[in-house]
Amino acid sequence: MKIIVCVSHVPDTTTKINLTADGKNIDPSGVKFILNPYDEFAVEEALKLKEKNGGEVIALSVGSDSAKEAIRQALAMGADRGILIKGEKTDSFSVAEMLSQTIKAQGPDLILMGKQSIDFDGMEMAPMLSELLDLPAATVITGLSIDGTNVTAEKEVEGGKEIITLSLPCIISAQKGLNDPRYPSLPNIMKAKSKPIEEISGTASEVRSIVIKMDKPEKKRANKIIEGDGNAAGAAAELVKMLHEEAKVF
Amino acid sequence: MNILVYFEERNGAIRKSSFEAIEAAKSIGGATISAVIVTANASSVLNELVKKSGVSKIYVVEDPRLVHYSSRAAGKGVAEAAKAAGADVVIIPATGRGKDLAPRVAVRLEAGYVPDVTSFSAESGKILAIHPVYAGKASVTMEITTPKKVYSTRPNLWKASKELSGDASVETLSVSFEEKDFAEQTKELVLSQGKIDVAEADIIVTGGRGLKGPENWGLIENLAVALGAATGASRAVVDAGWRPHSEQVGQTGKTVSPTLYVAIGVSGAIQHLAGMSTSKTIVAINKDANAPIFGVCDYGIIGDAFELLPLLTEEVKKVRH
Repeated sequence: MKIIVCVSHVPDTTTKINLTADGKNIDPSGVKFILNPYDEFAVEEALKLKEKNGGEVIALSVGSDSAKEAIRQALAMGADRGILIKGEKTDSFSVAEMLSQTIKAQGPDLILMGKQSIDFDGMEMAPMLSELLDLPAATVITGLSIDGTNVTAEKEVEGGKEIITLSLPCIISAQKGLNDPRYPSLPNIMKAKSKPIEEISGTASEVRSIVIKMDKPEKKRANKIIEGDGNAAGAAAELVKMLHEEAKVF
Repeated sequence: MNILVYFEERNGAIRKSSFEAIEAAKSIGGATISAVIVTANASSVLNELVKKSGVSKIYVVEDPRLVHYSSRAAGKGVAEAAKAAGADVVIIPATGRGKDLAPRVAVRLEAGYVPDVTSFSAESGKILAIHPVYAGKASVTMEITTPKKVYSTRPNLWKASKELSGDASVETLSVSFEEKDFAEQTKELVLSQGKIDVAEADIIVTGGRGLKGPENWGLIENLAVALGAATGASRAVVDAGWRPHSEQVGQTGKTVSPTLYVAIGVSGAIQHLAGMSTSKTIVAINKDANAPIFGVCDYGIIGDAFELLPLLTEEVKKVRH
């Protein structure tokens, strides 16, 4: 089984961000970048499938040289080799186009990725690839079983759960709950350093959307805090009164 | 300008988030708004919709195979309707299905796409869409530069109108589906019984680690019942196995924007804030005065949740009955 896992290199969620002088991007200096946490579920699932069925796991990313760190992390978890498409990530559509060209050339049985990258949180990569590659996809998946070429996937939706059936080759995007990603062992981290990462150049076809500006949300909350110690009944009554009469939420 | 809104059907009814999307479309201004339904059998929903839809025209894409929802077929149906409507803009509610559907429509229309939009504005003929990024630590204002534009809109941020016009014309489109359009099928939708889902609720009461154990969850539920609210859970609570993942609010769980969000014993880690920061009114109850949740709330009580919860439940009952 040949599996491609798409990975991205993103700022750690807990890191503080500052904007660049032109106000259109975040300033990467001092920001800790990590392998996108949802991609870890995708890598883990790929490794489990390889352990069961044999084959190869390829970590694929788009970006500058720094994206190699995300690939290297996937290799340390156990992926066999990496491919970096060196190109500018202008918008999600063009990233999907660059990925689709490489995926087509590799001809995998399965394409895995995280449900979203925690930078732009768009969740669009798997459905876009499904259209561009003309392959079925199941997104935001918490359970996956593969029997021959038959694939059954579980997806949580508002108010319940969907069971989606599809067949290989296909695209799956991973949600938390799919598995418990392994930590790279020290020997595997060492081994990963000598695993090959092929570099190819990618060109964004057309820019379809542009960033006008980026803002950090201003606090515009009322922020009325009541001290409740020793005055629980009074505090509870005051809060409910404010919600009822001032905020008018019930 | 022509805007096409996707009407998402579930169990024979159009979901509320679709009517919110109509209001989102109106906020762009100066547009003729039509809608599309992609379904196995539209007759039951149409009976209601022709009386009350808020749009001028409803496009219907029907195929018996859609009895099992297929994301690709839906994408094709919406894209075909967009062409038929001459739509400049397509708006799809950013629900579980919508987030999968909208990018497909964008690819099919060769259109730029902005996901999970929280507000629109129009500036010298351009549509500007705001989308939260970096777990809500920033928001980005985007302009789509292609002639066709696709957006998904975050549920619960626009208020669905109660006064919907009812004079929509109906046009059934014949879309030539192929077998491969049904290569992925939603075979089953298992709905949780009798509970308001956290992603759709108007009021949410969320409990965190401060509740100390699952045996105390009844305190959260009592307040939720008094408020007519859904219950939500923080990541810590879900990871500890007290509550199912379906109730988790935050980056790993669900993104919610209720009218009232009550966070009890929730510290307010950035991953949690990412899932609820667009709530209209936020209330925090925590005994730690330094908990980050107090930095983002409208109202808060620094105090003991075990003492406060029964008192709040009683006060709410007094006001609501």
